[in-house]
Amino acid sequence: MQFGREEKVPTSKLLAVQYAILAIFVLLALGLWRLQVMGGDRYESLAEKNRIRTIPILAPRGKILDREGRIIVDNYPSFSALLLREQPRELEPKIPKIAAGLNISADEIHQLLRRYAGRPKYEPLVIKQDITPDELAFIEANKSEIPELETIMVHRRLYPKDGFAAHLIGYVGEVSEDDLNRPQFELYSQGDIVGKSGVEQQYNDILIGKDGERRALVDSHGKEVGRLSKTPAEPGKPLKLTIDLDLQIAAEEALEGHNGAMIAMDPRTGDILALVSRPTFDPNHFAVRISRDEWNKLITDPAKPLLNKAIQAQLAPGSVFKIIMSVAGWEEGIAQNLNVHCNGGATFYGRRFGCWVKGGHGSVDLTKAIYQSCDVFFYTLAERLGIGRIAKYATALGLGQKTGVDLPQEASGVMPSEEWKIRNFKQKWFAGETISVGIGQGAVATTPMQLMRAIAAISMDGQMVVPHVVNPTDMPKGYVGVNQRPEVKNVSIDSTGWNVITDAMGRVLLPEGTAPSAHVPGVDIAGKTGSAQVVSLDTRAKHGNNDSFAQNGWFVGFTPRRNPEIIVAVLFEGGEHGRLAARLATQVIKAYAEKQRRIGVKSASAMKDSKEVDVSALWNRRDEHDDKDAPPDGIQGGRFRVAIPAKPSPSKIPAYMASHIEVR
Amino acid sequence: MGKNLSFRDFDWALFGFIMAISALGVLQIYSASINTKFADTAAGTPVHIKQVYWLLAGIGVMFIVSRIDYHLLLEHIHWAYAASIVALLAVTAFGYTALGAKRWIRIPGLGLFQPSEWVKLVLIIALARYISSLNQKDVTWLDILKAGAIAGVPFLLVIKQPDLGTSLTYLPALIVGLFLGGIRFKHVAVILVAVALVVPVAWKKALKPYQKERLVNFMHPENDPKGSGYQIQQSLIAVGNGGIFGKGVAGGTQTQGMFLPVTHTDFIFAAFAEEHGFVGATAVLLLYFIVLMRLIQNAQTAPDRAGTMLVMGVVAILVFHILVNIGMVVGMMPVTGIPLPLMSYGGSSVMFTFLALGIVMNVRMRRFVN
Repeated sequence: MQFGREEKVPTSKLLAVQYAILAIFVLLALGLWRLQVMGGDRYESLAEKNRIRTIPILAPRGKILDREGRIIVDNYPSFSALLLREQPRELEPKIPKIAAGLNISADEIHQLLRRYAGRPKYEPLVIKQDITPDELAFIEANKSEIPELETIMVHRRLYPKDGFAAHLIGYVGEVSEDDLNRPQFELYSQGDIVGKSGVEQQYNDILIGKDGERRALVDSHGKEVGRLSKTPAEPGKPLKLTIDLDLQIAAEEALEGHNGAMIAMDPRTGDILALVSRPTFDPNHFAVRISRDEWNKLITDPAKPLLNKAIQAQLAPGSVFKIIMSVAGWEEGIAQNLNVHCNGGATFYGRRFGCWVKGGHGSVDLTKAIYQSCDVFFYTLAERLGIGRIAKYATALGLGQKTGVDLPQEASGVMPSEEWKIRNFKQKWFAGETISVGIGQGAVATTPMQLMRAIAAISMDGQMVVPHVVNPTDMPKGYVGVNQRPEVKNVSIDSTGWNVITDAMGRVLLPEGTAPSAHVPGVDIAGKTGSAQVVSLDTRAKHGNNDSFAQNGWFVGFTPRRNPEIIVAVLFEGGEHGRLAARLATQVIKAYAEKQRRIGVKSASAMKDSKEVDVSALWNRRDEHDDKDAPPDGIQGGRFRVAIPAKPSPSKIPAYMASHIEVR
Repeated sequence: MGKNLSFRDFDWALFGFIMAISALGVLQIYSASINTKFADTAAGTPVHIKQVYWLLAGIGVMFIVSRIDYHLLLEHIHWAYAASIVALLAVTAFGYTALGAKRWIRIPGLGLFQPSEWVKLVLIIALARYISSLNQKDVTWLDILKAGAIAGVPFLLVIKQPDLGTSLTYLPALIVGLFLGGIRFKHVAVILVAVALVVPVAWKKALKPYQKERLVNFMHPENDPKGSGYQIQQSLIAVGNGGIFGKGVAGGTQTQGMFLPVTHTDFIFAAFAEEHGFVGATAVLLLYFIVLMRLIQNAQTAPDRAGTMLVMGVVAILVFHILVNIGMVVGMMPVTGIPLPLMSYGGSSVMFTFLALGIVMNVRMRRFVN
């Protein structure tokens, strides 16, 4: 049996085959080297992404509390359905079933998938928010059949009902595409819920919290085969506002049914105690997704429900401006010596300017001009001062500028001057315009917040605070000082002038004043009414005194007259007269006084063995234990009731420095 | 014949290395299938146990084949060759279609039979017989054409099925045979030019769309990470994820998470590379290299040219399988569905490999005959 020829295959050829095989194996080893040694890290992270599914655990936003820790805004749990789309081929045939189970159309799901086709596949999509228990049960029951559906617990905002404090609190929504491009939104990603207005927007960083995540091991079919880790969500921090819920309720009730704004503030600190704007909206409707109809209704409503009128309405302040005029006049040495005879009007620069009392006020000095709100007196004062000096004091008192309140989108208002007119209208200032400015008409436009701050500064002898809804010292740990407000400014006001002006304001609510009907027995309120034209009187007459051109009523008042504790500003749109606005303001002041009385009773009962004495003046001395909000050194006039402990206290605090001082 | 043969002459060293690779294969099949239905005893015998049975059967066949004088095989190979062609034609005529290809014949009572696997073996023997009969000092075009026809007829029949991968495994035996048989450089040059002319036409006319897709995706797997490029991509991730020392037995996330396709068969080396890293993977390459070198040594000591040709035919087909399979796993070769000899799970693959090795043993055991 012999196959083939005798000669053997040359060894050299076999050797060549050996080298060829060696070359092939070296090549394969190089392939392994390239993947495993050179590319190990890259492929390792790809493998990680392959097998680990990350489901976010959403952090609840921080609660919003009032100054006493009462909850204003809370959260409630709700479920959202997530769609995982790592396996599009396996997902596709299940879409009709998913659509049926979640009560949405299959087209919607396809649209959603198409819209987010560009996003990484391992990112789950929110397919439906706020699902019903039935839909939740559907997802749970079909876990093994449809592993692509997941649920996620979402903490939704629960706002007070009926738009209570809606403008103050604001609302939340999905971060917009535009926002995402801004540097301050660098750390946010698509779908994050952020504050869109009000406190929710201003203090978003504090309230938002940090989402956690659950990492699960999944196989190539998307089925979970093990749990890896769970990073719990860090809830947002609670935020304590300076708002006093009792006063907020009083203010909401006072303004109910009217349009306008109301603010209450502690003039000593700048703490906003209440802030209301009307009409309002219900932020709960924004929490899931607002319907197009509802949104359109909100933005086309002529009463502008989304506008926070307390800081965004820019209107003529009317006669309230006369207080600023008075300060300017006194400081310039004109007002204290001015005495005019009002016969219902006067002529300046060839034009007659009428007083609101057609019959005239007769002989008027500064005090009477304030409580009677005599226009002719202030026309005259404005003429003497000229726009330059008026603008100087008004600007010093913060008009025409933002107050710096910690709420978003504050308007700055307008305080006209010669330069302002040239800059904005390229026109010379007409001397006649100054006369209108004298009574808060013409080009002057203020926000209720600005006007209140200016009057608060006057009530505090020139100490001008920055209003705020969150006290910087009440910020959560790690945020104290983040939102530090600017230094308190001091506007120098002559103390005699300040006394005369505030005393005159104290008579506004007395029978001789412009708002006697707003008088609250036993509460010493100083204030100033105002009514401001929306259009000129002629235009209004042409439209048959149409209601939409009704004058705005203003009132800014504080109590007590000396060392005020609360100042309230009211803008009553279409309120016609300031005294109606004053009546709304006094409701809040009354609520405040009653609350203080309740607290007073408590503290009085805590000091059973004390007796009280009436004094007419107090020498106040500041020492290092006092905070900087305490009244400055000096004699304080007024009627004070001082509690003196019956037994000598062990400390050597003199009676006149007793801490419980209540003004009657 | 055979009386003076003993198992002392059996290549025990080669057998040891083969068993080492097979054992690693069983271990990896076990690790890769541990979380799948394949390891579920309730659903039948687990795959790694089945593989042990196949290996035991293969070893038995190897010993039997090593006892039959290979000259007997060479003598009667034309019958086997004829039967192969008939079987392949039968597949074309009334074969069983699965996965879009007609590759099987249903044999009543025995199940599916894939003739194209066995044709490899027949072809090695047939080519060895023919080429060893040529005058290696003076190979003519006619000789080359005849040798080409021996391989070409089954090649074309299998490519028709269509099964590009298997049909390509027929070529290495032909190429190595012609090289060792004394082909001249001018022949090679002419053949290369002819191939260069034929390939573009074949690309257009003969290749099925899925075959083109596989070839394109092999070059750009990122184009379609969830489609046919998916397998390559996942395989690359698995191998890369292994790093230098690997993720440990049953620790490969690509393998255990079923991201790797057909882990215990075609992509077993990717699974092994993920769990044992660069160190383990190169160690296995080294084992294969030792086996191949040992085979070539056996080819050298063969008593005649035909024996050398037989062993080298086996070497050629094994090298081709290793190159294409591991090349695919590391992204150097397209996805072809060619198993890794000795490691991949599968009865046909095991039986073919051990039959081929049985022939090698047969040749070696007769090195002192004559």
